Parts: sequence; structure tokens; C-alpha cells
Amino acid sequence: MSETRRTAPLGILIGAIGSAQNAIFPAAAAGVGSGIGGAGLLIGLAVGLAVILIGTAFSYVGWRRTTYTIGETDIRVESGVLSRAARSVPYERIQDVSLEAKPLPRLLGLVAVKFETGAGGADDLALTYLTNAEGERLRQLVRERRDDEAAAASAADPDAPAAPAAAAETGEVLFAMGPGRLVTFGLFEFSLAVFAVLGGGLQYVDNVTSMDVWNVDLWYRWLKEQGSTVATLGPYAQGLAALAGLATLLVVGSLSGVVRTLMRDWGFTLTRSARGFRRQRGLFTRTDVVMPAHRVQGLVIGTGLVRYRFGWHGLSFVSLAQDDKEQSHVVAPFAKMEEIAPIVTAAGFRLPGESTPWHRASKRHCTDMAVRDAAIFVLAAIPTAILAPAGLFLIPLGLAVLAVGANLYAWEFRRHAIDDAQVYATHGFLSPRQEIATRLKLHSVEIAQGPVARLRGYATVNFGLAGGSFAMRGVPLAEAHALRSQVLGTIAATDFSRLDAPAGQALRSAQSGFSANLRAT
Amino acid sequence: MDHTPLPAPSEGDDELTKVHPNYAHALRVQTVFAAIPAMFGALVAELALRDLDVLPPGLIAGTALLIAVLLVIRIPMTRYNARGYQMGIDRLRVVRGLMFRSDTVVPFGRVQHIDVNQGPLERFFGIATLTLHTAGNHNASVSLPGLGEPLARDMREAIRAHIRRETV
Repeated sequence: MSETRRTAPLGILIGAIGSAQNAIFPAAAAGVGSGIGGAGLLIGLAVGLAVILIGTAFSYVGWRRTTYTIGETDIRVESGVLSRAARSVPYERIQDVSLEAKPLPRLLGLVAVKFETGAGGADDLALTYLTNAEGERLRQLVRERRDDEAAAASAADPDAPAAPAAAAETGEVLFAMGPGRLVTFGLFEFSLAVFAVLGGGLQYVDNVTSMDVWNVDLWYRWLKEQGSTVATLGPYAQGLAALAGLATLLVVGSLSGVVRTLMRDWGFTLTRSARGFRRQRGLFTRTDVVMPAHRVQGLVIGTGLVRYRFGWHGLSFVSLAQDDKEQSHVVAPFAKMEEIAPIVTAAGFRLPGESTPWHRASKRHCTDMAVRDAAIFVLAAIPTAILAPAGLFLIPLGLAVLAVGANLYAWEFRRHAIDDAQVYATHGFLSPRQEIATRLKLHSVEIAQGPVARLRGYATVNFGLAGGSFAMRGVPLAEAHALRSQVLGTIAATDFSRLDAPAGQALRSAQSGFSANLRAT
Repeated sequence: MDHTPLPAPSEGDDELTKVHPNYAHALRVQTVFAAIPAMFGALVAELALRDLDVLPPGLIAGTALLIAVLLVIRIPMTRYNARGYQMGIDRLRVVRGLMFRSDTVVPFGRVQHIDVNQGPLERFFGIATLTLHTAGNHNASVSLPGLGEPLARDMREAIRAHIRRETV
């Protein structure tokens, strides 16, 4: 069965609206450039109209020339007005399918469908603007195709229907965030980005008007006019004003954090469906991503300086596919550990527990790091002591003491462990970041040593992980070699092409019946 | 917290195989090429300062030449000695680096594709670079330069045969 189709015609409308946006500036420039008055207005309108017309024409021709075909074994997209491009992606190479609806397409009931192959951002297959129903149908189809293919390849019972996977589409909800949780999350996402935006706005004002906002004299004069009243208030009032300023900063930062979080993560839902995990989120731009469970290569449990103190963590899946701008898929951005645990189990991983044999990093590594960081500040203290006013050199010296303290504290978090199936590593400066990977899904092992590390007998162990990185730092050399030979024993026993088999076995406990399919993937 | 040491490593450091001696020669030629611009710069500086008569003649160019000669004699051999590899039944171990040591093992079962490359200099000396590509982000490609060209091809065949055996 193969059918050649076009994307949704409404997509042209979005192209037209986009070109209308593009038309504003040329139109305004043409209007202002040809003199303010009746003629200028007309010319501006004409230019704007021309830009809109051309843009719409392009978007129409582009739509006419873009087709996609759902083939037997692959999905094909042909596009291009003058130069043609045809891209084919086999079903079994699709890492995940994501539906993204930006505000405007969403109003029109359209979605952008992306097929992630793990080949890197720009090289993936994207169909911009299908109808909601068509996008959903396509995703379903791709999934069924893959199941069919797997069933055919296993050839155990060719008559068995591939239906159960599709039927179990609406799985249990693993994790969801309500408005209350989102606001709490937003408060921890404190951000002063809004001031950068304001700065950009000021720059713009500077360019458009003749007012020179960066001119210090101007502000100084303004301050003197205003400041004379402030100055008369006395030191207490001035202190109060400073406090008020600081409070404003805090409020604005927290508010912008909350707003950003609400926009990004509104209605965050993670569901466990038969084929994998499905994540939906977004207030204006709604995204809907499905990640096959057996593609998960590793886990990262991150946290923040402050939120760690309140017991909040975030969980991401490391896989070949990329998530928006981030490298890994965030599956639980802000959760307690007991909420993270079931997700980890569903992904076929195990959290470290009581029996996990944790090893600490070498004490020498800790000492060397502390000495190195302190040395930087001590070196800075020398010119300060000579050149700056007396007493000022105490500041870098104090920082050096702080650096030593921070490193001693960071050593608390620097641990690694290995058990029969997984490797674990945690590290972090003031809060721990935990990484978990399956021994079997590692690709290479490197023991790296700098000059100091060689002298002091410790090393960094780097593991090759598809779609992410995994390193244990400050491991004593003998232990590093032992770790390597253990991990290599596991890796070398199974070829890359059979990697998905054990994932299937792990899944069997949760979802029986299609591990045979998985093994064949 | 478990502080008992893990079992002793299985591979010792003494079993490393050295790369082809021609690799040192190739490195030497490379170092000479790298030294030429520096020598040229020193010569220009020497000529420019000759009229000023502040330094004894030949001081700048002489020092530069001395350093260059020392480097050309010394660096290639140390770099050659720092390199080594170990071809196992199912894995390749590559050791490199003078100051920053790196000791990488790639199991053949994780090799995605294999390259054998030869630059003009390598072709002249009859050596080649073997590169193993893996799917991991770290060490996505592990290269082993300075193998005799026939050996590099043999190793590639051996690794390929292993992958084939595993998948059939």
C-alpha cells in the first residue's frame, strides 16, 4: 500500500500570514522613505501588498510541489520548487515521532510532524502542517508499520495481528504536573532574562529615536533632577530604596520564571503507552512526542542548587533523538524522587538503592582540585596586595578559602558504582547530578589522565554513550582498569545489532507479548 | 559505602604493541614542516634588528634553530614511544598522549564502520591510519595512526570478519 499525498492546504494561509509579518518592515521603510504624506502611504501600501503577494505565491508553489508517500518500508517526502529533493526514511530508523503545534497553526487545527532519526537536528524529516487528524493518523501508521515489519521479520507466527500495540495506545499516566506544581517549578526557574530583553528594547529605542540612551550625562542630569529629592531623604530612605530595588529584582525574576515555565510546561503529561513513552506539553505551542522505550540509552537525574534542598529533581532520557534545543528528552522536569522511581522502572532501569556498591572518588583528586581552584585566587591576591588599597587583597584570599570549601563539599557528591547491569555516576558542585546507563548499551571505554592525574594515580573513565556522555571522575587507577574490564566483558558479549533484545526482555515484565517484536527491531 | 577494591585488571600495560617505526619518521618530517614558518619568522626578525646593532649577530636565528633542531630530534621519538595498541580477539585498545594520556578500548561488537586513511606523507612512508567509528558521542571515532599499510588493511578485515560472525 502506498499513497502519495499533499500537506494541508491551510498551510498556505500560514505562509501568507507569515509573509504579511515580513511585509511590515519593507512597507514602513518604503512609506517613510518616500516622504510622509499621501504618496508615501500609498507607496508603502503597494510595497507591502507586493511582498504579501510574492510570499503567498511562494508558499502556494511550495505546497503544490511538496508531496509525501507512505510506502511499504519507508516514508518519502519530495519537495522543492526549482531544485527537487526526495528524502526517504525507513520505518525502523525512526527514533520518535513528534507533533508540534505553534499558536497560529493550532488555531487552524494544524500540526508540524517531525520524524527523528538520530542523524542530527537539521537532517530529520519534517512535514510542516498536516491537519490534526492526519498527523495522528500518520503517527499511528508509522507505529503499525514498524510493528508489522517486526512481526514479519520474526516470522514466528505471521498471522498474528500487530493490533495489540496500537490498541494499547492510551496507556497509564506516569507523571503529570498541575498548575500548582508548575507555579512552584517556575519559582525555582528564577530568571533575569527579562532585563536582557529590556536592554535590547532600549537599544532599539536608541536606533529609532534620536535619544541617546547610552549617554551617561543624560541620565546623570536626569538623576540630579530626581536625585536631589532622594538625596534630601537621608541615608535610611536611601537604604530602603535599595532594598525595594532588590525586592523588585527578586519579584520580576521569579515572575518571569513562572511565566516561562507555564508557557513551556502547561498541561505536562507523560504517559506509558504500549510502544513507549508519550509526552505532551505547552500552553501556546503544544508538542506531543513519542519515545520508544527500547531507544532510551541512559538516564540523567538533575537538580538545582536551591531546589535540591527542597527535594526536587528532574529526570531526562538520553537517546539519539534530540529534544528541541536540549540533548535529552525531559520526561519529568520537576518531581520528587518517589515520583521519578516508577518512570525509571517503566523505562527498564533501576535506581541505585541500599545494595548499590558506591565508590568515592580518590581523596587525592579532591585535594588536587581544591588546591588548583584555591591557587587561582591566591595568585590573583598577589597583584591585588601590591597595587590595590590595603586590605583589599583579603577578598581573593577569602574566595580561595571558599573554593576549598566548595571542592570539599563537591567531593561528597563525586561517586560511582557498577552492578551487574548498570553503571552509575554522580557529580556536581553544590548539588548532585546523577547519571545511569546500561552496561550493555555502552560503546567504548576510555581511561584518560592529565599530567597531574598521572602523577597522583587517578583517572577519568569516559564511556561512549549514544546521544549523551557518561564519565566517572577521579577514579583510582587500579579501580578504573577493573571497571573497564568488567564493562568491556558485558559489551563484547553482545553485538550492536542485538542490542535491543535485552531491552525487550526487560520490558516483558511490564508489557508481555511484543518482546519478540522488539527483539527483531 | 563499599571500599573493597574491585578485582584486578585483566590487561597489563606491558603487552602494548608498538606502531610502525616509519611513524616516527613521518612525525619528524611533520615537525620539520611545522618548524619552517617559525624559522622564517626568526630570520626576518634577525634581519630587521641587524641594523640596530643591539644584539650580537645571529642570536635570534641561532636560538630558534637550536630549539627547532632539539624539537625535531626529540619530539617524534617521545610521541612514537607514547603510542601503542593491543589487538584482542574481540576488542582494540589504543593508547596515546604524552602529557594527557588516553587509553581507549573499543569492542568490535560496537563498531559502526571502519576507515583506513592515508595522507600523502603516510603514503610516502607506507603507513596508514585505522579509524573505528562507534555510535557513542564520546569517542565517536577512535583512530590509530602509524600502522603499516598492509597491517591496517588486515586489521580492518579481521574486525569486519568479527562483526560479520556476530551478526550472522
